[in-house]
Amino acid sequence: MSRLQSVLINPVLNKEIKLRFRSFKNFLGILLFLAICGAVCLAFIYIETQFSHDGFTASDSRNLFILLSMGQLGLIVFITPGLTAGAISGEREKQTLNIMLTTQQSSTSIILSKLFSSILFLILMLVASLPLYSIVFLYGGVSPKTVFVMFGFLLLTMLTIGSIGIMFSTILKRTIISTITTYGVMLFLLVGTLIIFFIVLRLILGFQGTTGPGQNNILPYFVLILNPAVSMFSSLQSNMFVYEFQQLGINWPLWFGYTIAYMVITLLSLLIAIKKLRPNMKAKSKNTKKG
Amino acid sequence: MIEIQNLTKRYGSFTALDNLNLSIDKGTVFGFVGPNGAGKSTTFSILATLLRPSEGTAYINGYDVTKDPKQVRKSIGYVPDFFGVYDQFKVHEYLDFYGSSYGIPSAERKAIIPQLLELVNLEEKIDAYVDLLSRGMKQRLCLARALIHDPDILILDEPASGLDPRARVEMRGILRELKKMDKTIIISSHILPELSELCDELGVIEHGQLIAHGNVNQIENQLQAQKVLHVTVKGNVEQAISFFENDTNVLEVEHDEEDNQLLQLSYQGTEDEQVILLQQAIEHGLPILTLSQKQTNLEDIFMEITKGGE
Repeated sequence: MSRLQSVLINPVLNKEIKLRFRSFKNFLGILLFLAICGAVCLAFIYIETQFSHDGFTASDSRNLFILLSMGQLGLIVFITPGLTAGAISGEREKQTLNIMLTTQQSSTSIILSKLFSSILFLILMLVASLPLYSIVFLYGGVSPKTVFVMFGFLLLTMLTIGSIGIMFSTILKRTIISTITTYGVMLFLLVGTLIIFFIVLRLILGFQGTTGPGQNNILPYFVLILNPAVSMFSSLQSNMFVYEFQQLGINWPLWFGYTIAYMVITLLSLLIAIKKLRPNMKAKSKNTKKG
Repeated sequence: MIEIQNLTKRYGSFTALDNLNLSIDKGTVFGFVGPNGAGKSTTFSILATLLRPSEGTAYINGYDVTKDPKQVRKSIGYVPDFFGVYDQFKVHEYLDFYGSSYGIPSAERKAIIPQLLELVNLEEKIDAYVDLLSRGMKQRLCLARALIHDPDILILDEPASGLDPRARVEMRGILRELKKMDKTIIISSHILPELSELCDELGVIEHGQLIAHGNVNQIENQLQAQKVLHVTVKGNVEQAISFFENDTNVLEVEHDEEDNQLLQLSYQGTEDEQVILLQQAIEHGLPILTLSQKQTNLEDIFMEITKGGE
């Protein structure tokens, strides 16, 4: 078994999947999620066919796709912290962590398994919702490539939020505090970044929207790429904030910065979690050599 | 096998473990005794690579816990004082998970698990859900879990706490079996009699310091160097007190206020000197009814040794 395999397919991951998928409430969760998504789709189609004189067009189909995708993003933002913020602290509270830490499992393997097991459940939810997208394909308006891009976007978002949750779960002792902190970070990413963006934008461009001193100022861009909703929406509707960014002299698409930023956040969060899972056993001792 | 050198653990200004030095040979069952909060669990956590020492270190099978924690983990089986189980696991799944966590191949695990369950008398529970087991059964299952990778050393933190008398007896029986298997066992308890019959050596810890160390007989002899004699006299109590206080081997004479005839002597003399003392007392005309030695047990030793800290 290769090193990568042993990290990805390992006892902790097996255990997590077994315990998670054995629980009835998780399947109930998927059932409810699909029922809600299905109901939203049907309601959307019903409204469009009943109250629109041109019927359900390709454009409506695209709007439905955006609605579904944003809904999936909302689901990820709300559920991922709940699934991951208790991953390590929950084991600590159940008093199973110390035993796990005395086994041969490496810290990397434990942290990655916890992350993947939480994400696998969410991926199952996303995959289970894929048939709903067939409605979109039925009416046209969206290319399969767009669907793949959206899926990749959701996957990266999931990974990043999951990593942040796991990191807080490792460094904060209690699940409740870790969960609140992770949701706090989510709130900042969704709302805080947007507020800061507008403040910074106004400060740079002035209230009149004049150009000049604001040219090539990339700070608003760096703030906005942290926002998953805006980044995703702008990748689906490419005209979002185009005017503002033209004024600032920025030509990079938001999704590009988003991908880089979220990969860095994921990596840093996981490194911190791996580092902090076990104590650094090196003592400040002057006498550690066996006599 | 286990060598602890100058081990110290501080939390701010509080010293949980103060310069602990200890050496435990292979195959020894070592009882770590002390009141709650004495530093037993801190020591065990450091040995199990779960806590970083402030100073000093410990060697397990020659591996430094601060430098080779991975090798140390291979050598130990650790049962913490408080532990949880994964509720939705069955007994064999629980052991299988930990077996795989130690890198034991699947086929080997399948063979080991029934043997371990037999050792801890849980073979009938192989398909039971872990959360349906009693506390005693969970404790035994955790012991089986700690044995799954066949470690040389077992670190058991209060394994009998919270168990009813029957479960304690069962646990002792299992530990006896493990002793026969030549495992080195380091076991803690705040109740000394629980350990006395099982352990080859005892260490008494208080306020983070090892205040007594030796085999059970050595510690018993320590106490017997200062035995307690009960003397009952029929009258002339004042004269009797005066007589005994003049004997150089009598350290202290206490007069029982409730039983006017009873005197309690702290005595450090030998048995021969004790005989002479009695003869002299009778020659002195003291009306002695009885003279007896107070029976002591290891619990008394423990109380005696640790009373200074109260």
